[in-house]
Amino acid sequence: MTATTPERGLPAHLVDFVQALRRHHVDVGPGETVDAAAVMAEIDLLRREQLREGLAAALLRRSGQRQTFDALFELWWPLGQGAALGEVALPYSEDGSVDVDALRDLLAELLVDGDTAALSELARAVVDGLGALGAGRGPGSGGSGGEGRDGQGGPPSGFSSYQALNSVKPETLLARVLAELRTRRQADAADSPFAEEVARRETRARIAEFRRMVQGETTRRGSEIRGREAAARTGVRRQAEQTDFLSAGADTLADLRRRVAPLGRHLATRLAARRRRAHRGPIDMRRTLRRSMSTGGVPVNLVHRRPRPGRPELVLLCDVSGSVAGFSHFTMMLVQALREQFSRIRIFCFVDGCVEVTDLFTPGADLAGILTEVHSRRGLVAWSGHSDYGRAFERFADRWPDAVTDRSSLLVLGDARTNHQDPGLGVLGAVVARARHAHWLNPEPQRQWGTGDSAAIEYGRVMPMHECRTAAQLAGVVGGLLPV
Amino acid sequence: MGSDATGRTTFFDSVDDVLARLGEVGYLASTAVATTVFLADRLGKPLLVEGPAGVGKTELARAVAEATHAGLVRLQCYEGIDEARALYEWNHAKQLLRIQASQGQDWDATRDDVFSEEFLLTRPLLTAIRRDEPTVLLVDETDKADVEVEGLLLEVLGDFQVTVPELGTITATQRPFTLLTSNATRELSEALKRRCLFLHLDFPDAELERRIVASRVPQLGEALAEELVRIIGVLRGLDLRKAPSVSETIDWARTLVALGLDTLDDDAVRRSLGVVLKHRADLVKASSELRLN
Ligand SMILES: Nc1ncnc2c1ncn2[C@@H]1O[C@H](COP(=O)(O)OP(=O)(O)O)[C@@H](O)[C@H]1O
Ligand SMILES: [Mg+2]
Repeated sequence: MTATTPERGLPAHLVDFVQALRRHHVDVGPGETVDAAAVMAEIDLLRREQLREGLAAALLRRSGQRQTFDALFELWWPLGQGAALGEVALPYSEDGSVDVDALRDLLAELLVDGDTAALSELARAVVDGLGALGAGRGPGSGGSGGEGRDGQGGPPSGFSSYQALNSVKPETLLARVLAELRTRRQADAADSPFAEEVARRETRARIAEFRRMVQGETTRRGSEIRGREAAARTGVRRQAEQTDFLSAGADTLADLRRRVAPLGRHLATRLAARRRRAHRGPIDMRRTLRRSMSTGGVPVNLVHRRPRPGRPELVLLCDVSGSVAGFSHFTMMLVQALREQFSRIRIFCFVDGCVEVTDLFTPGADLAGILTEVHSRRGLVAWSGHSDYGRAFERFADRWPDAVTDRSSLLVLGDARTNHQDPGLGVLGAVVARARHAHWLNPEPQRQWGTGDSAAIEYGRVMPMHECRTAAQLAGVVGGLLPV
Repeated sequence: MGSDATGRTTFFDSVDDVLARLGEVGYLASTAVATTVFLADRLGKPLLVEGPAGVGKTELARAVAEATHAGLVRLQCYEGIDEARALYEWNHAKQLLRIQASQGQDWDATRDDVFSEEFLLTRPLLTAIRRDEPTVLLVDETDKADVEVEGLLLEVLGDFQVTVPELGTITATQRPFTLLTSNATRELSEALKRRCLFLHLDFPDAELERRIVASRVPQLGEALAEELVRIIGVLRGLDLRKAPSVSETIDWARTLVALGLDTLDDDAVRRSLGVVLKHRADLVKASSELRLN
């Protein structure tokens, strides 16, 4: 690390960093900040990776925050100034320009070897040599690239990962790398489809990683020019692979999240309390005897054991079609809050097909990422890409007949707009009949139910439907729901 | 060994010291693991390790205990675990016998007698607090316990003292090095998390995983180990119900050795993949996506 990092002393720098995290919706409390300061007192600050891990341990509370943390860490505790180039240098041709063919040869070689450290150094060199925008275009602007080739004046006005990657085109190296890997395999495995497939997927992952390295380095270099605050505002969000809906209304969404997150816990507590009151369990001998102490050892009052808490099962069926795009954020947030509290939960999304997406909702997962992933699942869209509730319900009942049982609470989230298709009342009715409870949350105002292609009225006869347009309403509805 | 702010004896001198000493007992730590273990020790804070099953969370606690010659006290959480299982309870049967044997004696005396040490059944949390020797306390799979248990943990891990109404307050003379694990089947409470340092332990990178295989299954050749770790990496990229973890990698390596296989050709993979993928659906999916059929 360089001496330039803590301009106003380490504590102030740390506070700055914490504030940047908060602006990116990583919820850091004062206690955590104090812990982070204690961490900095214990760690050798020159060991950058230790500092990174130590600060993460003190400041983060869920794995999904790590990407944002890493991106900001790169800005607040940069690896070095300027190009900070390592061993791997860019090849140049006679005229002083980057020799792109030779560069691609080098990249292909590193991809074959899977040498992550060297790839990361090459990414830095690529941004330095090919990513610079404006006046100082050309190598060596960071100070250590190609001596004597700097005749073009002025420092760069910015850096572009697009420009850098566009000249290297790492994706187009796939076939070459695969061919090379093939020749390295033992003769008997040379034409094994399995070995080929493993190599292909591995190489693709490496290329994707190289792209991420280039993007990260671009952000870092940009911050030196525009200041880290500005770089954090634009670069970090992009880098965290957050899709547009998050950046559109990031503050609103953060607010929503704050409201929705406690809901899941609230529900879980209510369910637990209900279960406790529910039935008497068998007699608890230990506690009966314990109470009998006060009556000289004669068991007068029988104490019942708490019933084994049978965890409730929750099944969510979520419309994620275009017409409810705005509602999907709600849905996903609610689902995530519930997912964090109920281990027995299954989540299905539908448009005109239906897919199970339970696996995507790991605690701490990034919501935008989840939504992108949901939409890329095969089977979600079976035909047109427009909602077809009937078809989707049919698919659900067909494919996962055991998902809903007499222990399940079923929640359907959607606007009930069927595009004038068969609403599939029969199929849905059969599923509802099996469930212990069933509720529908509709993001449309109640007065619009039944208008146009809305089948809300019909569905409302099959299962209770609740209007749910705002976070507050959602909180109210869900809070009063699932009468266990 | 030095001592921390509370005067407690610490186990480690530096992050490198952690790395080296865990390595000596067969645990190959990443920078993240070594750093957080070092800090948990230095700052005297519990360490919450969260991550998928089989990435070495439990093993980490065992390794820290072994490396520091500390006693390991383990609280295994499960659905329905309560205070009586986690903290302490009175041995009622024995108390009753004593009461019956002392019929006719002064009741107050009998009562004091039956609420004494002799009748106390200490459970892991209390055990850890009362030990005088260096101790590693492992609260394993915390996410399996019900939400209420977190309140108990919060109390106990806050100041490492426990009040037994009949006996008084018991305070740890030596705060145990405390490690909580969670497989993240649900999110733990914010309050509990804030009391801990947090480590998300994920699958290791290829280089570390190769070293783990080499150390656990040295009979497997280097080339084969590398090949195996590559395939595991690709399997993790598939959308499986249960992605293979380090434990599966090790199992696979052992299986190859047991079958006497020295190359991982298609046939060998086909024969042994069941060790890695436990769900039938996963096996089917991987076989078709990776063109094993
Ligand atoms: N870093 C490591 N060094 C050595 N062995 C490891 C490491 N990580 C995992 N293992 C091995 O992987 C297996 C699973 O570890 P375990 O601690 O049971 O996982 P978890 O508690 O996370 O479910 C054990 O056999 C353990 O020895
Ligand atoms: Mg374990």
